[in-house]
Amino acid sequence: MGSVYQLKRVDFIFKDEKDWKVILKNSISRPAHELINELISSELKGRGGAGFPTGLKWKLTAEENDLVKYVICNADEGEPGTFKDREILSKVPLKVLTSMAVCGHVIRSNTGYIYLRGEYFFLQKDLNKAISEFEEYCREINFDFSIRIFMGSGAYICGEETALFESMEGKRGEPRNKPPFPSSYGYMGKPTVINNVETLAHTYTIFEYGAKRFYDLGVQYSRGSKLFSVSGDTPKPGIYELELGMSLFDFVEEFGDGDTKAVQVGGASGFLVPRKRFNETTIGFQGKLTGISLPTGGSMMLFNSSRSMYNVLDNYLEFFREESCGQCTPCRVGCQQLLNGIKAVKRGDKNAQYLDKLLRLTETMQNTAKCGLGQSVANSFSAIVENFREEMIY
Amino acid sequence: MYPVSELIKNLADQHGRARHNLLPILQGVVEQERFLSEYSMIEIARELDLPASEVYGTATFYSFLEYKKMGKYVIRICKTITCSMKGKNQIIKTIEDMLKINVGETSPDGNFSLLQTNCLGFCHKAPAMLINYDVYTDLTPERVREILTGYINKKERED
Repeated sequence: MGSVYQLKRVDFIFKDEKDWKVILKNSISRPAHELINELISSELKGRGGAGFPTGLKWKLTAEENDLVKYVICNADEGEPGTFKDREILSKVPLKVLTSMAVCGHVIRSNTGYIYLRGEYFFLQKDLNKAISEFEEYCREINFDFSIRIFMGSGAYICGEETALFESMEGKRGEPRNKPPFPSSYGYMGKPTVINNVETLAHTYTIFEYGAKRFYDLGVQYSRGSKLFSVSGDTPKPGIYELELGMSLFDFVEEFGDGDTKAVQVGGASGFLVPRKRFNETTIGFQGKLTGISLPTGGSMMLFNSSRSMYNVLDNYLEFFREESCGQCTPCRVGCQQLLNGIKAVKRGDKNAQYLDKLLRLTETMQNTAKCGLGQSVANSFSAIVENFREEMIY
Repeated sequence: MYPVSELIKNLADQHGRARHNLLPILQGVVEQERFLSEYSMIEIARELDLPASEVYGTATFYSFLEYKKMGKYVIRICKTITCSMKGKNQIIKTIEDMLKINVGETSPDGNFSLLQTNCLGFCHKAPAMLINYDVYTDLTPERVREILTGYINKKERED
């Protein structure tokens, strides 16, 4: 039954942060290249979902010659089913602030921002308190680094890094073309490191315990631990830190209610895995495109057999239709047409073959949309339509 | 000078008048006025020396920057997948019955507006809602009635 790998609980992220002053002081006394090498050898990859190697991101930005650079913490946690970043910012904010400052030391920047989603306005007060305490200590040790909170105003797309810059610059949150990448052209056109909240918390672990402790967790290509936001049809919803590389089968054994028919890995923009594929699916970074190992920002939503997958898809599509920034046609019109299309099939206004036409539309979106939002709609759409076709029609 | 013009001038003094200060200013106006009127947007454009269309385009992009007058308390019910699975429709029904308004409407006394919103990030405690900036989770019809009664009484005490 299942794979040999079992779920392994880890407790790094929420471990107390009382040593932050020591870690900050020690880290900023080390040369930048040493810290970069530490991160690179830990093989930490971005925990927001995209999985870009963090050490490389810092390295590329450090190599830029501009006098002005920025460190930005992406706390625009908006992916359906994700709620870990809020927990980090409310329980161990000083870890995140420390890592931002260390990043400032590495890339030679003295300005940090936390882009906090509007929905988390209530975090602002305590977070500002932590920032004051942090900045006071920085002054004490003569380390020049300031951190400001920038509030979002309710736009999912602003979690996309370049849309986030646009938003901070006072504009509509419309993603930019890449390249240029943020490491050379980010906020205000300056080299910028932008990391997810959890990624920064992991760098703290690496600075505290060394790269090896982190690298020893997980499996090849997917090193370390990861926070998982578990919700849906599960008897124990919540936030869990687990080693990467687990099989979805084991995950469902642990968190399912015995009747799980599908798991949405990585939120609405992620991948839907039907029961028959639990065994062959692992959670990690490698093989992103093979559908065997799935990357995730940590959102794990379980659906049991009482759930209509039509309703699930309808809900996702409405979400995307509303949150599409609207600047590129494949995404703006595509999301509308997909939603109209499945409704028409359900009503019987269109025949079942129309679903295949819609599948081709998602392919077009995948190939032509400007950013991850429009490109990723195809992931869950095709999995739901292909595996639960009868539920779409009847 | 209209009070809103003064508010905008103060916000611009506080945050600055560059383009990248636009969002904090818009947020500040919404916090005080509960929405961005056409007048406010034109005033902001004047204060920051921007085309009014740019201010309008930016403001209307963000779902929390309302451009319709809102009630004193804005109720935002999460409608994304988990909250939807865990009974947000019942919660909405309860509120609609209690406040005698539908989703998208504001009560005639101007106290409450009822809206739906996308994922609030409380899927493990679904269903969830925001009332202004306060979060309420694990909602049931009974609990929602209690919470709203609290707000109604609070409002009466203030009046």
